[in-house]
Amino acid sequence: MSNPLRPALVLLVALTAVTGLAYPLAVTGLAGAIFPAEAAGSLIVRDGKVVGSALIGQSFTGAGVFHGRPSATTAPDPADAATTVPAPYNAANSMGSNLGPTSAALAERVRGDLARLREENPGRPVPVDLVTASGSGLDPDISPEAALFQVPRVARARNLPEDTLRGLVAAQVRGRTLGLLGEPRVNVLALNLALDDLARR
Amino acid sequence: MTLNGWFQIALYGAVVLALVKPLGAYMTRVFNGERTVLSPVLAPVERGLYRAAGIDARQEQTWLGYAGAMVVFNVAGFVLLYAILRLQAVLPLNPADQGAVAPDLAFNTATSFVTNTNWQSYGGETTLSYLSQMLGLTHQNFVSAASGMAVAVALIRGFARASTKTLGSFWVDMTRATLYVLLPLCLLIALFLVSQGMPQTLAPSVEATTLEGARQTIAVGPVASQVAIKMLGTNGGGFFNANAAHPFENPTALSNFLQMVAIFMIGAALTNVFGRMVGDERQGWAILAAMGLLFLAGVAVTYWAEANAHGVLGGLGLTGGNMEGKEVRFGLSASALFAVITTAASCGAVNAMHDSFTALGGLIPLLNMQLGEVIIGGVGAGLYGMLVFVVVAIFVAGLMVGRTPEYLGKKIEAREVKMAMLGILCLPLMMLGLTALATVVPAGLAGPANAGPHGFTEILYAYTSAAANNGSALSGLTANTLFYNTTLAIGMLVGRFFVKIPVLAIAGSLAAKKRVPASAGTFPTHGGLFVGLLVGVVLIIGGLTFFPSLALGPLVEHFAGAAGQTFPAGG
Repeated sequence: MSNPLRPALVLLVALTAVTGLAYPLAVTGLAGAIFPAEAAGSLIVRDGKVVGSALIGQSFTGAGVFHGRPSATTAPDPADAATTVPAPYNAANSMGSNLGPTSAALAERVRGDLARLREENPGRPVPVDLVTASGSGLDPDISPEAALFQVPRVARARNLPEDTLRGLVAAQVRGRTLGLLGEPRVNVLALNLALDDLARR
Repeated sequence: MTLNGWFQIALYGAVVLALVKPLGAYMTRVFNGERTVLSPVLAPVERGLYRAAGIDARQEQTWLGYAGAMVVFNVAGFVLLYAILRLQAVLPLNPADQGAVAPDLAFNTATSFVTNTNWQSYGGETTLSYLSQMLGLTHQNFVSAASGMAVAVALIRGFARASTKTLGSFWVDMTRATLYVLLPLCLLIALFLVSQGMPQTLAPSVEATTLEGARQTIAVGPVASQVAIKMLGTNGGGFFNANAAHPFENPTALSNFLQMVAIFMIGAALTNVFGRMVGDERQGWAILAAMGLLFLAGVAVTYWAEANAHGVLGGLGLTGGNMEGKEVRFGLSASALFAVITTAASCGAVNAMHDSFTALGGLIPLLNMQLGEVIIGGVGAGLYGMLVFVVVAIFVAGLMVGRTPEYLGKKIEAREVKMAMLGILCLPLMMLGLTALATVVPAGLAGPANAGPHGFTEILYAYTSAAANNGSALSGLTANTLFYNTTLAIGMLVGRFFVKIPVLAIAGSLAAKKRVPASAGTFPTHGGLFVGLLVGVVLIIGGLTFFPSLALGPLVEHFAGAAGQTFPAGG
């Protein structure tokens, strides 16, 4: 058996250079040339300022905007760096709730959200995505049903007719890819930007 | 469950099946050392590498030489990765000023990537510099996958050859797997993923001002190049903490579909490489059929369970199934399918949080790993794992009819069966042994975030995932502690090398045997009877060993949830 040390070390260094540097840098170069907007993170710029990414959800709490799904992301506590505090839609630290199907904490959170939503729009069945936290905590989408569910509240707060808002939602629904893959969805940030445009006119 | 959901699953199966033959033919040429379409570009690079490393491409190794080369190469890779992680603070390409990775976390992460596990005790965007992600993790994603393929090919040669001592050259197999198979496919996949919205940039995090006026720091980076190999090499270690659930790591339903195909394509095609190399493609299809049956059964159970939410989400009058921990753009069908794929293969990427799956929906991913990830499996690892079960199945069949068992003209004798059992038994030893340890010591009990049976499942899942070299997690478990980082790393090392080395020993012993001509008494191994026997052996050995642990975790939780019981957080 010949000494395996030289082939091991030379191949390790050479393949590190090829797969760890040349390959990612080649992809970076090609991606930047062919798909510059996507490669940079699909950023949305309004009036010269970055307002977010088309792919990353953000926190919406006002009565006059559509809300995204609950988010379980956290951030270090400013008072004590060893612990964390809830920070919904923290795009620097993605995570889900990781609460299991028999978790009392999950039961409490869902019941609380349900009570609030039923008060907001009584008598309508609540779409499940409005009371469940997404896997990443950054889900940019809600189901079309979840957007329509919020129309009465937004209409009241903005003093706009519900039918106008329903039309706005319908225009923002993106169907399944190729009519087959994934699920129909509405991007909450895009919907709220369209809502602002509508209100401005 | 919806018709569309089943249609997505069927389309997935069809696409993977369609790729088996063409990719199998190409990979057979690669591992036979023949010319391929990419040779004009890659052959000079390959020759240059061999010359610099002092390798004679025609010089073959015995099984011991092959195993020795693999171990030395992996140890060197471990040292390099550990050094990069510990030194990242003073190395370039660190725009977020990440500090050095702590010693136990660096040990765990280096082990995790060298063993193709890619367990995430680290938190991607919060822990690692761009250099660590590229030079450290992306690189190991390639070579750990390539060494898995090399071992599988060596085992195939053991069956295909007769009366010889050598199995090929580890250096050549590993280099050709990287250059001819992984690298070109990754380039194409990475660019497609960028077109779907996946970032690929060396720029630092973006500061945005949201519509409501808050500041949002958006982590970006060279994501696509890493995700392509993470899927194709069944590595699974995420660029971001939330892995493929993160919208940047999996932007659309189409990127999700492609990633799922990438997880299975090489593993499935290797069954065809096996068939071609042993001179009878039907042998490969029979093994793929056994894998496919187990896979479809798993998908059906998980999809059904997730579409019928129970536990705290049941009975609240909500519309839709269990969406906790899932993303809207994928929905129930593509999330359930992904969970079964990622644990059937030893990928471990997740597009939904398995911790929040229903009890029965989460049981299947756990069982997939406990069976040793032989359902397609990790690249290389799945095929050699399944062939180990084939050895046992043939032995059992031989015992039943009182004949010396043989497979593909090779007599299966005491040495092969002993080595096969060694490879099979080290998994329950690590999975169940370490789980038992963690459930009695305070450092282990401090881990779970959920209480009751779900907390037990979190621990069991962690050690199962580590020993099976999967890397997915029930992420509620606080695993970045000295106790978990160390014990999980031990599980990963044993689960990887105590399977790989016995597999190479089997290969060496088979290659040395003479070929026995087939006779009227030979058990045909390309038909339905053999497929059924193989599925039975996998389920009986895997299932019975692990049934008690599944009963204590997911099954208790299912019945507790059905009875409306909940468990308060902590301990």
